Order: sequence, then C-alpha cells, then structure tokens
Amino acid sequence: MEYFGIIFQQIYKILFLIVPVLVSVAMIVWLDRRVWAFVQKRQGPNVVGPFGLLQSLADALKYIFKEIIIPASSNKVIFVLAPIITMTLALIAWAVIPFSEDQVLANINVGILYIFAVSSLGVYGIIMGGWASNSKYPFLGAIRSAAQMVSYEVSIGIIIINVLLCVGSLNLSDIVIAQQEMWFVIPLFPMFVIFFISSLAETNRPPFDLPEAEAELVAGYQTEYSGMMYAMFWLGEYANILLMCALGSILFLGGWLSPIDLYPFNLIPGAIWLILKILFLFILFALVKATVPRYRYDQLMRLGWKIFLPLSLIYVVLTASYLFYFNLLPTI
Amino acid sequence: MIAHAIFFYVFSIIAVISAIMVTVSKNTVHSVFFLILDFISISCLFIMIGAEFLGMIMLIVYVGAVAVLFLFVVMMLNVAQQKNQWLSSKESSRHIPIGLVISVLIFFELIIVIGGWKYKPDLFKSNDEKIISEISNTHSLGQILYTDYIHIFQISGMILLIAMIGAIVLTFRQREGVKTQSYIKQISRERSEGVEVLDIPSNRGVKIDD
Repeated sequence: MEYFGIIFQQIYKILFLIVPVLVSVAMIVWLDRRVWAFVQKRQGPNVVGPFGLLQSLADALKYIFKEIIIPASSNKVIFVLAPIITMTLALIAWAVIPFSEDQVLANINVGILYIFAVSSLGVYGIIMGGWASNSKYPFLGAIRSAAQMVSYEVSIGIIIINVLLCVGSLNLSDIVIAQQEMWFVIPLFPMFVIFFISSLAETNRPPFDLPEAEAELVAGYQTEYSGMMYAMFWLGEYANILLMCALGSILFLGGWLSPIDLYPFNLIPGAIWLILKILFLFILFALVKATVPRYRYDQLMRLGWKIFLPLSLIYVVLTASYLFYFNLLPTI
Repeated sequence: MIAHAIFFYVFSIIAVISAIMVTVSKNTVHSVFFLILDFISISCLFIMIGAEFLGMIMLIVYVGAVAVLFLFVVMMLNVAQQKNQWLSSKESSRHIPIGLVISVLIFFELIIVIGGWKYKPDLFKSNDEKIISEISNTHSLGQILYTDYIHIFQISGMILLIAMIGAIVLTFRQREGVKTQSYIKQISRERSEGVEVLDIPSNRGVKIDD
C-alpha cells in the first residue's frame, strides 16, 4: 500500500509542474503574437478577454471541436503517434528544471545530459509526422528539420561543454549555484549569443523556421494535421521554446539567483526570478521572429557547421586553457 | 525491490520484443522505429543499474544522431515496403545459413563470457577494483578514461576521425562549372559597381548589354 502513497504524491507533484507549464504555454502564444503585432504596428489579438488574454483559450476550444482528419493513404499508427511524441517529449524535460534550491521534481546527477537527450529526441515527432503523412510537402519539411536539428544540436552540445568546464558537475542545481559569484553570461558572452541563435534553430523558430516555411512548403510537416493533433504539435513546439529559454537562463543567466544579492531582492522567491528570465529570453525570441527574414537552407547549414561549430570549439579550448593556467578548474 | 523487478522486466521485455520486431517487420521504416524503441529501453536498463551517464550518452548518440541517419537513409532510398516475405522467399533464404553461423558464434561467446563471469570471477581483472559509491559514475568514468586509458581513448578518437575523412574523400567530387556564392564578394560590392545611372533619350530607349 505504501507504493500507492508514493505514486500519488509523485502524481500530485507532477501535476503541479505540468499544469502551470501548459497554462504558461497558452499565455506565451498570446504574448508572442502580441509582441509580433506591436513590432509591425498592428494590434494583435485583443478581443477575447482583457487585452485578448483569453485568445489562446478560444483557439484551444476551436481546435478541440474541429474534426480530426486522418489521410487515407497515411501510415495511421505513426501519424497519430507523432504529435503525442512531440508533446510528451516537450513536457518530460521540465522534470529536471530547478525553480529554486529545493523546488525541483527530479534532482538527478546528469540533469543537463537528460535535457540534451530529450531535446535531441524531439526530432522524431517531426520526422514521424512528415513521413507518415505520405505526402510531398510534409516529407520535405521533415527531412529539412531533421538535418537542421541534428546540426545545431552539435554546437549546442559544445556550448554546454563550455559551461560544464566552469562548473564541474552535470547537475542543473550545481550549475546555478556555481554562478553565485558571477553569471556565466559575462565570461562566456559569445557562447551565450551562439546558444541563443542555436536554440532558435533547434526549436524551428523564425528566422530558421524552414520546416514549416509557408511560402515553399505550405505548413511543412504539419500540413496534413487538423484539429487537436495540430494543436498538440503547436503546444509541443511552444513548450520546447519555453524549455530552451529556461535552459538558457539556467546555463547563462543564473537560474533562480537574483541579479543583485542585496536585501529587497533576496526576499523575492527564486522561481519568480527564473520566470522573469525565461520571459526576457522569450521576448527576445519574439523580437527576432518579428524582425529577421527567413534564412535560405544552405545559409542555415553554413551557419551551423562552418561558423558556430568552429567558434564554439575554439572557445572550449580557450576556456579550458584559461581555467587550467590560472588554476581555476573546479575541484570534484 | 518489487518495483525494481517490475520495471526491470517491463523494460527488458520491451527490449527483446522490439529487437525481434526489428528483424521481422516488413516495413523498413517500422524496423528503424523498433530499433529506436530498443535503444531507449536499453538505456532505461542502464539507468536502472545506476549507470546514468552511459544511459544518457546512449540516448544522445544512438537515438539522437545515429538512428536519425538510419531513418534518413531508409526514407530516402524508398525501400519502405519490402517485397520479400521473411524466410519464405527464395532470395532471402540464401542468407539464412550465414546468419545462423554468426548467431551461433555470438551465442557461444555470450555463454563463455557469462559462464566465466559467474563461475570464475578471478578471470577478469576489473572485478578487483572496488566501486566507490561517494563519487558519481560520471566522475569515476572520467577519472579512469583520462588517466589510465588516455592513449587508447585518443587512438579511438583518431580512428573515428580517419574513418570520417575517408568517407569524405571517397565521395567527394570536384564538379566543373558550379556557381557558388562568395559572401565576401557579396558584402564588399559597392554602389558604383552595381548601379549605373543613364540618361535615356525619349522615344528611343536604351540598350543594356548583359
């Protein structure tokens, strides 16, 4: 019987994490559209609820009541599995994100590797969706996104190595605690910029949204999806974007730490600081979406392999030799 | 411990069934998906015995990169629907004897290794080393890999690099007459080279040679 107690306690904890994430995904979609509109001197969604805050809820209702169409020539099992996988993978990564020193669902030793592994699995949702649709545009979109995500993962991995050299631990809480003296954004600023751009590419955000480039591929891998299945792709995508923002703020912006370690700022709980940092990064994402035109495919590949990869490798060597020379390598 | 046993059996049953399905399923793309499921359940087993670093690296390397390439190749070659029935057609039955020989060999190797490990523990030197529980297995792996076995580690890296260079050399072809973009040329273009202002006489137009 004690097992059931443990299981219910865990489920309770998980619900307390997942429900806020899902609600914030809905809010973040609204914020994204709103920022996008303001940059282009439009109003954006402002009708449903105060400031249009309930727009995402209305959209969700619309998606739920629409018919789900499964194409006759599609591979039905995989077609249905693809959005489920995308959304599940986007949500399970949140288990290891620390919101403050003790507010973390699973404080595992290899937290950063776990997030990296889950985000590298994210490509399967897209490939499966694109292949199972059995149609030209989704397949092209899926192939594009697979190549794109695999190549930008390499540079993200090397950037993470940079941070790990300064920390000496793969635990996310340790990474945040190591930044108490100085946030890693200051010594590793070039890596922060590259990480930001790579996470744009990793989450298929504009200007790297080639998998769903509407001018060439209709809607990329989502073309054949409708109703709630389409909405699940969407939810997964935005949960992934939030996750990358959270990862960026944990790796470089000091996670739950307050920017100034002084009296009035110390009282604010760490979770609020983390949320503020995530929001800051997300608004940057939205501003980039509104201002930068889409990259061409070969330019995207060139940026990933010929510029980001060598730069981050050089920075690994620089960081390692700096730490070694001044005897600053973290002791285990 | 009951929960541990339940999880172990669930993961290993999934692993075995999906490994069988890799070879049995008719659709090649389905085979690759079963292979991915197999990798994932194996890495779950790794995590269960406390080797969380190996499990995660398995996920990142095999599932995140290698299986994507497999999937790529299988999808691009358009061999999704295999025409041959398993075991029944004449063409594929040729390979069965070779496959049988290899699997018998692997089976005997496994018996030797597991039997030796079980009944003659002093046969293996690594058994002498005590597992230190204070440090995480990431640290202990790093300590062994970068001190005692650094040369072997470096040589294996070199072999992988040489394999990569070899693959590039074998497939690289210098093509003639291909137009490539030079970013430096594009950026350093000036207004004087790009635009020409002409006085156009009315009703006669102007001829631009291109």
